[in-house]
Amino acid sequence: MSRLQIHDVSVVYPGLNNGEEVRALSNINFSIEPGEFVVALGASGCGKTTLLSLMAGFISPTDGYLTLGDNPVSGLPRVACGVDLQDQIAGPGKERGVVFQKHALLPWLNVLENTEFGLKLQGIGKSERRERAAAFLKLVGLEDFHNHPVYQLSGGMQQRVGIARALTNDPEMLLLDEPLGALDALTREVLQELLLDVWKETEKMMFFITHSVEEALFMASRLIIMSPRPGRITHEFKLDFNERFLECRDARKVKSMPEFIEMREKVLSIIHGDEQSGGMH
Amino acid sequence: MMANKTLDGADLMADDTTNSSARTTAESKSAEAPVTKPAVTQTQSVTLLQRLGKLFAAGPVKPGDSFGAPGQGRSLAISIVTALSLIGLWFVATSAGWVKPLFLPSPVAVVERFWEVLTEGFANATLLEHTGWSMLRVFGAFALALVTAVPIGIFMGVNRVARGLFDPIIEFYRPLPPLAYLPLVIIWLGIGETSKIVLIYMAIFAPMALSARAGVKSVAIEQIHAAYSMGASRWQVVRHIILKSALPEILTGMRIGIGFGWTTLVAAEMVAAQAGLGFMVLNAAEFLVTDVVIMGIIVIGVIAYLFDLLMRYAERKLVPWKGR
Repeated sequence: MSRLQIHDVSVVYPGLNNGEEVRALSNINFSIEPGEFVVALGASGCGKTTLLSLMAGFISPTDGYLTLGDNPVSGLPRVACGVDLQDQIAGPGKERGVVFQKHALLPWLNVLENTEFGLKLQGIGKSERRERAAAFLKLVGLEDFHNHPVYQLSGGMQQRVGIARALTNDPEMLLLDEPLGALDALTREVLQELLLDVWKETEKMMFFITHSVEEALFMASRLIIMSPRPGRITHEFKLDFNERFLECRDARKVKSMPEFIEMREKVLSIIHGDEQSGGMH
Repeated sequence: MMANKTLDGADLMADDTTNSSARTTAESKSAEAPVTKPAVTQTQSVTLLQRLGKLFAAGPVKPGDSFGAPGQGRSLAISIVTALSLIGLWFVATSAGWVKPLFLPSPVAVVERFWEVLTEGFANATLLEHTGWSMLRVFGAFALALVTAVPIGIFMGVNRVARGLFDPIIEFYRPLPPLAYLPLVIIWLGIGETSKIVLIYMAIFAPMALSARAGVKSVAIEQIHAAYSMGASRWQVVRHIILKSALPEILTGMRIGIGFGWTTLVAAEMVAAQAGLGFMVLNAAEFLVTDVVIMGIIVIGVIAYLFDLLMRYAERKLVPWKGR
């Protein structure tokens, strides 16, 4: 298993009409170890999604570079190699699966075809990819919707197809951009537990963005709190509520533990302090 | 899929008044009052009006319709009535002698002429021959444009070299009227069938290529990203995402393109044609046979309209996700 490393990465967007440039991310040094479940929490505009896009390879950093194991993800390892490797900027890859904020499903395919799409791209035979897609659709509770057009599903169901699609592709690492934000409370809890189970079973690296403090504490083995202008990581916590849940299988018990509540208050006060000084909206 | 309740004023009112008037009738009948008769006639006249109103009403709200979508409801009845009234006006105008037959022959004369040209022919060819030649030219050019313009348009969308190569050519000749370059096409290709098809082809090519290119531009970047992060190659992204995503715009381009094709037909058949609907109309105009002119126009219009209906059907079948 390889670790994902972010080497001194900055992302700067040019300002509008020669205005002041926007530092979306400033000098991020950070890594995700194999088997880690990292959750990013922070206000809108703090660079969470930019960070995820970098990891996915959708954008390139202005400075610095990212690696997964020995392979470049994006950016220029100028310092490391001493040469300009512009042409070798990697980009997205199937080892880094993405669940999008807005599902990004393909409307011309039905639920099953969307879920097996990645395997089809890789040339895996029909019966095998059907079987694997069906297994994950069952996990997210969509076993009765195989032949439905995706544009007729509710937002929550579309998001569940997006999660099943990413899992079916069996990536080394999963990048999830607020994947559960659009779901109802019950489905949300079911999918939180599902993701923890998948994580435990496959030991995939997870990078998970959320706005919910409770969700962040429950899911994370490491929690990072980010702050805007410039986007940076201000706090890091090692947590084990997810392990505790996997032992006792009782989410409500874990979420009502005194340590959990204490931690929640702590994180909330950090975010609120940030609000007063940093000027979140 | 919520907010299905579109308030259909006309329908609601109609139902209400029907119910209440029915009730009034029943009450007045049980009371056997002398006012029964006028009440009944009033009810009948109201329902007749209501029936007419219902014919033009938006119709029942279909499942899945959402409130406030622009232009909701049925329009077929209104279209049919419009067409019938135009024909009626034509009929009245000619039979009452408001217009001389030289300028506007009566519908009956046009229908008679239609039958005559169908069976005996006009300008050395029957109507079927004229129609066949024109359809061959238009649909031949359309098919040629389909297999060239769509790939080139897609290519322009995904490849900067192709865009740089074709953009100035297409953008330069696109606004030119086909009549302007017709002489050049004839000098180059002669007066045979080739120059006619090439002229129509050129008129269809530009809108079709530009639509395909616009279709590529309309692809959601998230879908492309999703495909890449599932391990797609560049070619797989083009084939599985971009082509599929551009399909609605390609179909729209085909509809626009065939329209340009029919527009250019008459210009193409101006020079040295022996048969064709455009030739027939031009020939008839020279001899002031106005009923053949009108008949030809109607035939072209009907064929173009039927093809458009076919395209719209294909659109519903091929891209049911359009606009969702």
